[in-house]
Amino acid sequence: MIETMSETKTALLELNNIHSYYGNIHALKGISMQIFEGEIVTLIGSNGAGKSTTIRTISGVMHPREGTILLEGQPIQHFPAHSLVSKGISQSPEGRRIFPRLSVRDNLAMGAYKRNDRKAIRQDIDRVYGLFPRLKERAKQYGGTLSGGEQQMLAIGRALMARPRLLLLDEPSMGLAPVLVEQIFEIIVRINKEEGTTILLVEQNALMALEVARRGYVLQTGNVVLHDNADTLMHNEMVRRVYLGEE
Amino acid sequence: MSIDNQVFLQNVIIGLTVGGYLALIALGYTMVYGIIELINFAHGDLFAFGFFISLTIFAKINPDIPLHGANLYLLLPGVAILTMLLTGSLNLAIDQIAYRPLRKAPRLAPLLTAVGVSFMLEAIYAIWKGPSQVPYPRYFPKEDYINNEKVISFFSKLGLDITTWRIVSFTTKDLFLFSVTIPLVIALTLFIDRTRVGKAMRACAQDREAAMMMGINVNRIIATTFFTGGALAGVAGMVWGLYINSGRFTMGFEAGLMAFTSAVLGGIGNIRGAVLGAFIIGMIKAMSDSYIGSEWTRVVIFGILILMLVFRPSGILGSTQSIEKL
Repeated sequence: MIETMSETKTALLELNNIHSYYGNIHALKGISMQIFEGEIVTLIGSNGAGKSTTIRTISGVMHPREGTILLEGQPIQHFPAHSLVSKGISQSPEGRRIFPRLSVRDNLAMGAYKRNDRKAIRQDIDRVYGLFPRLKERAKQYGGTLSGGEQQMLAIGRALMARPRLLLLDEPSMGLAPVLVEQIFEIIVRINKEEGTTILLVEQNALMALEVARRGYVLQTGNVVLHDNADTLMHNEMVRRVYLGEE
Repeated sequence: MSIDNQVFLQNVIIGLTVGGYLALIALGYTMVYGIIELINFAHGDLFAFGFFISLTIFAKINPDIPLHGANLYLLLPGVAILTMLLTGSLNLAIDQIAYRPLRKAPRLAPLLTAVGVSFMLEAIYAIWKGPSQVPYPRYFPKEDYINNEKVISFFSKLGLDITTWRIVSFTTKDLFLFSVTIPLVIALTLFIDRTRVGKAMRACAQDREAAMMMGINVNRIIATTFFTGGALAGVAGMVWGLYINSGRFTMGFEAGLMAFTSAVLGGIGNIRGAVLGAFIIGMIKAMSDSYIGSEWTRVVIFGILILMLVFRPSGILGSTQSIEKL
């Protein structure tokens, strides 16, 4: 059975029957999901299943045509993207989207754009440097000059600078060397354990994702086809065949 | 100093003055292009608005000519600030009414709209101030620093005889123009480089959607950009009026094209490029006016524009946008 934190507790984030479109293309066909405080939830699925669209819809970059998104019970599906950051949702987007001609430090500062507590911002920058010492070495370099792995660290660090309650991570392992992937996942777990940050993790690397997540949703062509505890999903025959590459 | 050298030195001074006011206009072009990739062809007409509105404000107050005492030190900056606020607000309104509804339209749509706004503004100025040359009273006191007893005696103590420098002049007006344009150019550069809002502007220019994800209200940043660009063009129009003492409803068109050429020359979207380009174009204009003939100056400047667009569209310092698109 699914060990949710019982249905009596309100989810931190709840999607109800979300339909999103790109023009006439029906990308999300009625997605429902719940994320509870303190969890790591993963969203797995192949290319074009709607994983990134889900992230974009949650973060307000695009708006659903139908359905509701509730943040602690409050509907947010019509909120503009910039206003959701102060509500506690921040993200490391697909493709990292680092500002190429801002320094590493300024990229981090942009992550804290909505905050006014200068001293705490400075401490948080140091904290990010603690998580990713490479970023400290490159603090003054332009974001665009970093390697792929460093840009990924910067994208995650930048998202953390908002002090999010819900951190959305879109494909943090994309294009990285296996050693780096391990490192990034370790840090994701650390952020979740040490700060109690709730994380929605979108991954193509389903095995890694299911190892760190508590629960997972499997997406296929815009529908949730399966959701369960991560352990259970990892032993699910369909998941093993399709996403973990087993015959 | 020989006559030729004196002419050359005078041309350098003229080039710097022209460069200064062009820089203020070019900054607005380049900032708006950097952030929404719109070549705002109506931008030059804001320069003309600064000229006309400051003229109107002065006429209402009707101070003694030339300004002196408190009028010079308080009224003048007051009018300048008011002109900046009004011109900035006009640019902001133009963006909200004419360009914002077209934010997601193909790029040609806002471009043509900008041309339309330019025609409209010029028609309004023609009705408002008449179609002929409009005199701008000589509010700013003019005094030559070079043909001045004190300066001559100062230089002669240094062993320099400047009494023969009859052709060169450097007046209080030149100094005034520099002391407005150069600090503003520096202030804007620092604003964009150092401040939180300036960094947010750059972030929006580099990746608008990512900026949104950071919590940056992109529409507000675009509005700030239009306001700032308009304010700079407005104050440029005012100091130019005080400097040259005459203008016409079409004055913004040509100033705008020269400033646009400056922005392209430096690399459109690039703040430092716009300033560099403006001073180069100012210098070329002064030299061409003097050595080739002023009737050829437009040919020279727009020839440069065409050559740049054909052979090096990213400009001297590199257009930020085209780098991003690679």
